[in-house]
Amino acid sequence: MTGALPPALLAVEGLEARYGRARILAGLTFHVARGEVVVLLGRNGAGKSTTLKAIMGLVPPTAGRVRLAGRDLAGLPPFRIARAGLGYVPEERRLFAGLTVRENLAVGMRPAPPGRQPWTEERLFALFPALAALRDRPAGRMSGGEQQMLAIARTLAGNPRLLLLDEPAEGLAPVVVERLAEAVKALRAEGLGILLSEQNLRFAGAVGDRALILETGAIRWEGPLATLLAEEALRARYLAV
Amino acid sequence: MDALILQALNGLASASSLFLVASGLTVIFGVSRIVNFAHGSLYMLGAYLGWTLVTRFAGGGAPGPLGFWGGVLLAALAVGLIGVAIEVLLLRRLYRAPELFPLLATFGVVLIVQDLALWAWGPQDLLGPRAPGLHGAVELPLLGLRFPRYELFLIALGPVVLGLLWLLFRRTRFGLLIRAATEDREMVGALGVDQRALFTGVFFLGAVLAGLAGALQLPRESVNLHMDLAVIVEAFVVVVVGGLGSLGGAFLAALLIGELHAFGILVFPRITLVLVFLVMAVVLVLRPHGLAGAAPAAVPPGAPGAAEPVIRPAPLALRRFALAVFALACALPSVLGDYALSVFADFAVFVLFAMSLHLLMGPGGMASFGHAAYFGIGAYAAALLAHHLAAPMAAGIALAPLAAGLAGLAFGWFCVRLSGVYAAMLTLAFAQIAWSVAFQWVEVTGGDNGILGVWPDAWARDRRVFAWLALALSAGGTLLLLRAIHAPFGYALRALRDSAPRAAAIGIPALTVRWLAFAFAAGLAGLAGALFAYGKGSVFPTLLAIPRSVDALLMVLLGGVRTVTGPIWGALAYAGLSEQLVRATDHWRLLLGLAIVALVLFFPEGLAGAARRWWEARESDGRR
Repeated sequence: MTGALPPALLAVEGLEARYGRARILAGLTFHVARGEVVVLLGRNGAGKSTTLKAIMGLVPPTAGRVRLAGRDLAGLPPFRIARAGLGYVPEERRLFAGLTVRENLAVGMRPAPPGRQPWTEERLFALFPALAALRDRPAGRMSGGEQQMLAIARTLAGNPRLLLLDEPAEGLAPVVVERLAEAVKALRAEGLGILLSEQNLRFAGAVGDRALILETGAIRWEGPLATLLAEEALRARYLAV
Repeated sequence: MDALILQALNGLASASSLFLVASGLTVIFGVSRIVNFAHGSLYMLGAYLGWTLVTRFAGGGAPGPLGFWGGVLLAALAVGLIGVAIEVLLLRRLYRAPELFPLLATFGVVLIVQDLALWAWGPQDLLGPRAPGLHGAVELPLLGLRFPRYELFLIALGPVVLGLLWLLFRRTRFGLLIRAATEDREMVGALGVDQRALFTGVFFLGAVLAGLAGALQLPRESVNLHMDLAVIVEAFVVVVVGGLGSLGGAFLAALLIGELHAFGILVFPRITLVLVFLVMAVVLVLRPHGLAGAAPAAVPPGAPGAAEPVIRPAPLALRRFALAVFALACALPSVLGDYALSVFADFAVFVLFAMSLHLLMGPGGMASFGHAAYFGIGAYAAALLAHHLAAPMAAGIALAPLAAGLAGLAFGWFCVRLSGVYAAMLTLAFAQIAWSVAFQWVEVTGGDNGILGVWPDAWARDRRVFAWLALALSAGGTLLLLRAIHAPFGYALRALRDSAPRAAAIGIPALTVRWLAFAFAAGLAGLAGALFAYGKGSVFPTLLAIPRSVDALLMVLLGGVRTVTGPIWGALAYAGLSEQLVRATDHWRLLLGLAIVALVLFFPEGLAGAARRWWEARESDGRR
């Protein structure tokens, strides 16, 4: 079956992670292609954030493989995984609050791989025009929406091939969520792969191609996002609180 | 008036030197979160290496300008490389360990460097060469005063270094990454920055600054083996008063402390030593994160870090074992000789001392860096009663825990309101205040000469009886501590340690519980101190000094801070080891330092922790 598809950009096989004795991820297997947005859905505590952290190496995976364009990254320290082309935007954003917008971007800046148009400050400000006006403001003194844009821009500055976005729409006003969705679609059009963890079905529906539903650390359902949006029973079963 | 101005200028010169040391310390802490005790050793090595290089360059005669300044710079660079070696070989392995472990490892480095410096340069003070071109004094314009040129140079150097560091931090990528990592080093890693290279770079920078400060002392004062601890304590004060990780704060605090020293000698000559720590305590009470420090960012949820193991009642086998050991301990004094009996009493004292600290560090989750204060206050209470009132030993033993407990109530009221390194530093400040009082209030405490003739009453003067008495009181105190850990009070304490907000939300009065634990631990440390005083027949200010506090920390960590009875074994092993080392070799500091480093690297769970792991593995094998 996989033979018919284009080779996956990110291929995760049997990923497992633990906190102490508790197993949080029970062997996940999935993939993300170039220019594809895959949405991780699931209730609180299902393991969405941990999946992203385990891929990024922030929670060391206890088993399984994480391959980016064929290269196995599992077990490497986070900075090596970042350099290999994975970009991570944490749920809490974790901006450097005392640094200005430009300085935050400068921390994230890394050279682009050959043959790709690098993300410069100008291109990032074009993607998120709101940031351009705030370029010399400390990140700690910005609104939640502005901070989320800066967090994504800072990670893009490292020229990743695949973006891990952890609940970017959480706690943001609907109009800001719409702007974020535009940006994500633009990134997808550029050929970036995106793995998105999300509780907000409206945002997920606006940008996502496929969905994975996580429950107690395992994938319970996998399919086109359109199917999920169409089938009330499916949503009630896995996502209703 | 002239004298005041000169004194103010002297204060500025000291402030510059202090800032050089403190700036390196604060930058290292900001990025790595390591409280680098060995920073004072780097300063001392800068002075010694500078002395060697300057005198060597000059070939016996007076050094030329190139010889002096070249020697100073080379010394600073060499110290930078030593700092890199310490980071790469030792500290790099400890970044994920609890806060206290790197601190103890660096204390091990302090001991190692002391012995190596003694071996390389000998015990005598070395007189440094003068700085060429900066000899003598110069007339100050406007003021019409004569002031040494070299001191003027130092006054200028502080702001220059601050400016250079500011440029480094604001204008270079290295500086940008340092500032980012000071806020969130894990995120910096997730953005593709190799933290190891960054940390090594930061250590190099900090060590160069310390080495430079040390080498620049050459024209001012002689080089000796006590420079390390003298400067590190002051540098800690500056860094904490300024706010951990803040350069500007360190500069401000260095000025404050430098001037305080200069004028403190004029105004309050009798309490110079206390003054600095009083200021630090006041600053921390008013501004818990220092003059310019910010509250540390909350630990992100899901951060790695093993959960504390649950404390359960001891298994039957362990109870039987403990009972057997206690029976053996009871029987032992009847067969021991005089010397062994006094060692036995010392061991009993150390067990109680370590167990009392463990209540704070283990179940309490608080780091006390000045537990010797309560040990010493108990000892002095007993000695003062005996010396001034000729009180019987029973009175001393009853009142010493009371005195230490009251001191614990007083100091603890402030300490439990802070957290982490700030709390630890405040306990250190109070301990230093107590030490200064014992040292400088000569009329009452006898100062450095201590108080002699603190002997037990006639009935307990026999060494064998005293050994039994020490054992009985130590065991009683230990049981009291164990009872507290397993009582609702202990549950409350542990709940606060594991999650203060949740514990507070179910109605546990956080500050009160911690405060009482602090005073309780202090009281039992005081009991241990009183026993120690009667056992030795004398008390000295060293009972309250930093090394004594470190002893207690080491005993607890060697035994295993996450176990319940570990500190007992830790106290026995540590006291036994240092006793043997001091008797067997002149190089006990080197060996003890190496042992500490090895302990931190290879036995982070301590002896009892390793034993428990072995036991649990055996148990689960048996069930299969």
